[in-house]
Amino acid sequence: MAQSSIAMNRFGLGARPDEAVPVDSQKWLTAQFESFNPRPAEIAAAPNSRAVSEDLAKYLEDQRQLRQQYGPARRPGAALAGPPAMSGSMAGTPDTVAVPEPGARKDDPLAQARQFARRQGRDDYATAVGARTIAALVTPAPFVERLVHFWSNHFAVSADKLTVVGLSGTLEFEAIRPHVLGKFGDMLSAVERHPAMLLYLDQAQSVGPNSPIGARVAARGVRKIGLNENLAREIMELHTLGVRTGYSQADVTEFARAMTGWTVSGIARGPGARFTGTDGPAGAFVFAAALHEPGARTIMGKRYDQPGEHQAQSVLDDLAVHPATAAHVATKLARHFAGDAPPPALVERLQAAFLRTGGDLPSVYRVLIDAPETWAPQPLKFKTPWEWSVSSMRALGMKTIQPLAVTGLLNQLGQPIWRPGSPAGYDDIAASWAGPDAVMRRVEAAERFASRANGAIDARALAPKLFPAAVSPATSQALANADSPGQALALLLVAPEFMRR
Amino acid sequence: MVLDRRHFVASASIGGLAAMLAPRLAFAKAETDRRFVFIIQRGAADGLGTIAPVGDPSFAGQRGDLAADFADAAKLDAMFAIHPSLVNIGALYRERQALFAHAVASPYRDRSHFDGQNVLETGGLGAYSLKDGWLNRMLGVLPSGNAKAIAVSATVPMALRGRYEVSSYAPSSLPQASDDLLQRVAMLYQGDSQLHALWSEALGTRALAGDMAAGSQQNAAATGALAAKLLAPADGARIAMIETGGWDTHAGQRGRLAAQLRNLDTLIGALKTGLGPSWTETMVLVATEFGRTVAVNGTGGTDHGTGSAATLLGGGVKGGRVLADWPGLGQAALFEGRDLKPTTQLDAFIGGAVSAHFGVDPARAMAALFPDSRGVPAVGGLV
Repeated sequence: MAQSSIAMNRFGLGARPDEAVPVDSQKWLTAQFESFNPRPAEIAAAPNSRAVSEDLAKYLEDQRQLRQQYGPARRPGAALAGPPAMSGSMAGTPDTVAVPEPGARKDDPLAQARQFARRQGRDDYATAVGARTIAALVTPAPFVERLVHFWSNHFAVSADKLTVVGLSGTLEFEAIRPHVLGKFGDMLSAVERHPAMLLYLDQAQSVGPNSPIGARVAARGVRKIGLNENLAREIMELHTLGVRTGYSQADVTEFARAMTGWTVSGIARGPGARFTGTDGPAGAFVFAAALHEPGARTIMGKRYDQPGEHQAQSVLDDLAVHPATAAHVATKLARHFAGDAPPPALVERLQAAFLRTGGDLPSVYRVLIDAPETWAPQPLKFKTPWEWSVSSMRALGMKTIQPLAVTGLLNQLGQPIWRPGSPAGYDDIAASWAGPDAVMRRVEAAERFASRANGAIDARALAPKLFPAAVSPATSQALANADSPGQALALLLVAPEFMRR
Repeated sequence: MVLDRRHFVASASIGGLAAMLAPRLAFAKAETDRRFVFIIQRGAADGLGTIAPVGDPSFAGQRGDLAADFADAAKLDAMFAIHPSLVNIGALYRERQALFAHAVASPYRDRSHFDGQNVLETGGLGAYSLKDGWLNRMLGVLPSGNAKAIAVSATVPMALRGRYEVSSYAPSSLPQASDDLLQRVAMLYQGDSQLHALWSEALGTRALAGDMAAGSQQNAAATGALAAKLLAPADGARIAMIETGGWDTHAGQRGRLAAQLRNLDTLIGALKTGLGPSWTETMVLVATEFGRTVAVNGTGGTDHGTGSAATLLGGGVKGGRVLADWPGLGQAALFEGRDLKPTTQLDAFIGGAVSAHFGVDPARAMAALFPDSRGVPAVGGLV
């Protein structure tokens, strides 16, 4: 592959026929640090976490009142339960959520639940998917957009939890994009304070057993509430240090204690919220002192005796610049750009840059750009369904999309956006994506793309624009022998050059 | 003239269809009345499960449960019995209009469906070594320059592709319109080991699913009747190819193979009925890319093998025989310790059948159909 082809396809999101081929590939990449727009119009227009949370809060409040009015018998199924569970998973996928039955009674909780799920799924989720996709199509900085997707997957939430469906995209828009060219620690902090993450990993309900609320509830002995380690564990295991890097269960529990009080305001209303101080605007981060476990904590041998909110923040600050975190992040970045088995030498250089700069991300990206390992002429990565879809749409010159068409496409290709099903995010290795059925689905999707292009695109002319000096003879021949422009285009979209980067 | 399926019909019963079809598919009157139909069995049909060597001392031991199908099956001779699903074909055998060649194989010796079918259809020695199909090249050696060929499928399969114009037509129940794309993707992935392997697997699965979804007896009858309607008229096609899928019986072979063979038998019956008096001028070849393992696997099926069986049917065929230089099913006799050892070249069998049927010099037919199999003599005495 020529340098320009690597820059556009491996570092970027795939070449566009209407964009100039980079002359100086390295410079083309670093220039994107200036041209990246963290909040382009399509994303600014999408519902933000406050709006989505407001809707969520209103729904939960309606459910609560209905329960009080009619008793638990009229509650919707556990799958759509409101607080205190707040952790039920959605019955359907965001785009297959049942539509409300016509004439559904306004006080029918099940019908309301369906309506809510539809709003979150069709409106909030799909709008966000559309905004993300359009940003990826029209961006002046496709390399940085790729990094946004990378970090969004690193800090994954999964839209299969009712409370997270509508919020899933807002995490990327509000916590990742503003910090993708900043410090890792700032991104980490923004993510862990975002309502999507606090709700997804149950931090919002974690209560210190000896906090004012915890003590009061324990004394009454009615409801079982207490510590939830979920977010604390995943921060250590997935977001920062990495699994088996030396922290213990005791460290996780201590960190979870430090994290108590980090929650979201305005979601659960009612009398308790005022008392805990979580009655502020829906979806805002709040430190609820009434939930915070008092006392100093010891994590990985270090004592944290900061007051309140600052205790967990101090832990996060240390985790953000820990050598294990640097190694973890370096390995994932190297895997993303230099192949499924990341070259150790590159990982070392990335880690060193991370530690030297205190997690300054552009400094780390510059190591990637300067590394010979990321410019190997042979393809290094099998594209994920998202990468393949975006590069296809870019290759076709598309600038607008139907959001539901994108959610449908990615569902069919096996990588629903923001719905990896686990906080670990999607795998970044070929073994997870290069399956027989996966390839068949791409071929089917390619045929659909091609039929929509309606013979207007000459794949033989397009191929060298997408892959300058890098189209194989086999692909050229297949395109030349195709029996129609549409067939040639479909073949181009599934050619080996196009399946990998 | 490649007819667009959508242009043709998006609806309608086969009967209604054929009425519309006749004028569109009118060809110049061919100078030969001989007709030839190639039915390809995609997915590696189990020759041992179709024409079973029940007289082989190792048969029962090697085949386990699969041997049970032949407990009461009609014997063809001292060695072979025919699967009970093959009612019409069995009747043709008794009328000496059906001939089976056993332990046959194309030159292909690996076990990829994809590559194996390519060799079977192109007539080359290796996959993708020839760019056109032997059935297309056959049009060049027929006594008449006017003979027309048609694929009874939505697109033209490899065996019919080449310099001679070929039409295609499929009833709505036949494979998806994008099959041609799938084939081209296969060729595109030829030099890419990862994608080639994935793609072969994907197509195998698709053939299986497609057949289970649509492979009813009704469809088989409709396909046979349609092919007959295309071939029977004086100005109709003289060469036709019919694709059948679903032969890749890795698991639960007994039931699936019985259903597959019943469909094939139904198709043949409908074809013969539809051709009426023209049946005497017709030759039908049924062949597959390779055979299946001699032994049963752990899931009641068989895996990709080598030698299989081919069938020749028609009014002019010197039938009522099973041609086999039988290698035996004893473990020591097996090809690579697992497959029926091929002892007859499928190419030579096809060359002999076609040349005799159309009255072409066998050496000339072999050179045209199988140009890389230099010096291989055609099998004689088939017609």
